[in-house]
Amino acid sequence: MGTSGIVFLSSGLFLGWSLGANDAANIFGTAVSTRMVKFKTAAVVCSIFIMLGAVISGVGAAYTLGSLGAINAIGGAFVTTFAAAFTVYSMIKCGLPVSVSQAVVGAIIGWNWFTDSVTDVNSIVRIASTWVACPLLAATFAAVLYIVFKKLLGSVKIHLLRRDACTRLAMILTGAFGAYSLGANNMANVVGVFVPVAPFSEFSFGGLHFSAVQQLFFVGSVATAVGVFTYSYKVMGTVGKGLMPLSPFAAWVVVLAQSMVLFVFASEGLEYFLASHNLPVIPLVPVSSTQAVVGAVIGIGVCKGAAKNIKWSVVLRIMCGWVITPVIAAGICFFSLFFMQNVFNQQVYVPKNYTISEKVFNRIVDQGFSAGKLSTLKGEKFGSGIEFIRAVERRLGKLTGAQQQKMLDIAENVRLSVDADKIETLDNRLFSADELAQIKELTGQRFNYRWELQAALAKTGTNWEYRPATILNKQYNKMLSQKLTVIENAFIVRATDKKRTSACGCTER
Amino acid sequence: MNLSKGLSMFYSSRALENKIDEFLDRISEAGLIYKKAIHVFLEHGVTEDFVTHADQIGHIESRADELRREIETGLYEQNLIPDLRADVLSLVEDLDAILNAYDASGYRFTIEQPVFPATLHPDVLAIVESVTNSVEQITIAARTFFRDFNSCRDYIHKVRFYESEADRISTKIKRAVYSSDLPLANKMHVCSFVEMIDNLADMAEDITDKLAIYVIKRDN
Repeated sequence: MGTSGIVFLSSGLFLGWSLGANDAANIFGTAVSTRMVKFKTAAVVCSIFIMLGAVISGVGAAYTLGSLGAINAIGGAFVTTFAAAFTVYSMIKCGLPVSVSQAVVGAIIGWNWFTDSVTDVNSIVRIASTWVACPLLAATFAAVLYIVFKKLLGSVKIHLLRRDACTRLAMILTGAFGAYSLGANNMANVVGVFVPVAPFSEFSFGGLHFSAVQQLFFVGSVATAVGVFTYSYKVMGTVGKGLMPLSPFAAWVVVLAQSMVLFVFASEGLEYFLASHNLPVIPLVPVSSTQAVVGAVIGIGVCKGAAKNIKWSVVLRIMCGWVITPVIAAGICFFSLFFMQNVFNQQVYVPKNYTISEKVFNRIVDQGFSAGKLSTLKGEKFGSGIEFIRAVERRLGKLTGAQQQKMLDIAENVRLSVDADKIETLDNRLFSADELAQIKELTGQRFNYRWELQAALAKTGTNWEYRPATILNKQYNKMLSQKLTVIENAFIVRATDKKRTSACGCTER
Repeated sequence: MNLSKGLSMFYSSRALENKIDEFLDRISEAGLIYKKAIHVFLEHGVTEDFVTHADQIGHIESRADELRREIETGLYEQNLIPDLRADVLSLVEDLDAILNAYDASGYRFTIEQPVFPATLHPDVLAIVESVTNSVEQITIAARTFFRDFNSCRDYIHKVRFYESEADRISTKIKRAVYSSDLPLANKMHVCSFVEMIDNLADMAEDITDKLAIYVIKRDN
């Protein structure tokens, strides 16, 4: 796996580089453009904190592979990541700030298109809504913060030089925090999918232990740091002065407004905190740091009554960039997958089968779908998600995104074999000793559907059951879903494993 | 690293704040001494006392020059207030020019020793009062620009008032001089001194015009 691992990992590093080049502008763009923080200082602070965030806090999220986790073949992940990274790179070359995660989702749509997989319409709606809602929210926050802080500073009568020093320090601290969050939250999206092929092994140095995942995340963060140093300056210029000239104070308000929008509207931790203290919950909405920064700059311009100073042509160019980013990423991904599969003979996806067996039919009916019309599909097999959903929709009528996903989860035919050797490979930091013992109880059993394995686990203890979908249970259910995904992926019987599985004498359920 | 950098940033900005305050104090002090010097000159001519005052202004001017250089270097070296740095430097240099003018004026009195008719003494004292007041108000305006720029406009208004007052008195003195029996050379000599004194208020007014723009820029 060594050489091929490095080749596959290269696209992850390319995406990491693009992330650094693009997102550093969101964090330090206004500070650098207003000359409050030197580019070199910004790049050093940004790089150090991205690395710290990735290695200290990011590794915990290694199992949260984000949207890329949906891709079931490493060749496909390589191409999808490359497509997203190349799209972001092209946009940066034009000096346009874009959302890296939206480029990734666009590339995944390309992968879905190529593999005939069903694309969740909600993910597209979510992206489109971010283009409008996020800048509006950020603009409102920035305008309010600008007015409040201006009044506050007016009453404090602080010396111009001390105010300058405070603003500078606040910019560096806010930037360092933003960089830490960037490393902690995004590194899993960038290189997480390459954990199985990463050519690293654990080692200890000076009493410190470095796991393979930590090393991978460190390498990813180094790529991001290189991106910050080599290519972020241009985008910083667009964010910091391309839209309109900003004063240092306004520049700091922009960064603060961006952080607050992300914290208030995207933080599940805050949502949980409010719900657990019986306080009104702020609805979570999809937000992007890039779109928040642009919105915040516009908000300040409008609030100062200087809307005419805003370069609306630049705003329009940026917004066009947002819209075409997922489209370009999807297109590049589709054509690259074609080449990867047919020219380089690499597997870019593992075909999925959907079967409406008796068990599946009963489960679908249990979930509240109409039995009568579906009964005609009993025993039928489908080679792709789209084919399956089309057949179901012909009988049941249009399904919502959630219903489609539920149908696909129930009918996906996956051979799972609980192998004692594979249980040993499960990460004991993710699973408790009790949980590993419960999994061991299933040793030797085989399943044809993911939900069968989940049901078998649920019989070993209530800790494997999803709790009612409330805000307070959200984190628990999310964690459980991650654990189940890790278990399922570990026990999937690949074509190469089949011979070994048939020889192990497992009992099929 | 960042914490120590942050602390040193606060320390150096504090030191620079003190230098700016001291610089403004010097201008104010020079105004007071100048006023005293003119009183002494009108009453007793170029006495030892007057020369001491003129020297005092010279020393203040030298110290203010040092401070100006330190402020300019500090602002550039530490990359402080990048958006307003040019404005602050221009303000400091313009204020320093007033100090230079005070200094030059004092020495000119010692060298040329103009003869003001006794009837004009109250008007000369009045114009010096208006001029030093206008300079005093511009130093207050500059101080508020750094701390409470919203109040800056109040002082700018006062500078303009004292400047027009100085202009009015200057015209009155010139009329009186030219309608007197003094020899023409004397008339021209006295009027050139009146113009020199009045010029200080004009300089202060020029600074207020710039300061009004700086305030608008800072407000944004």
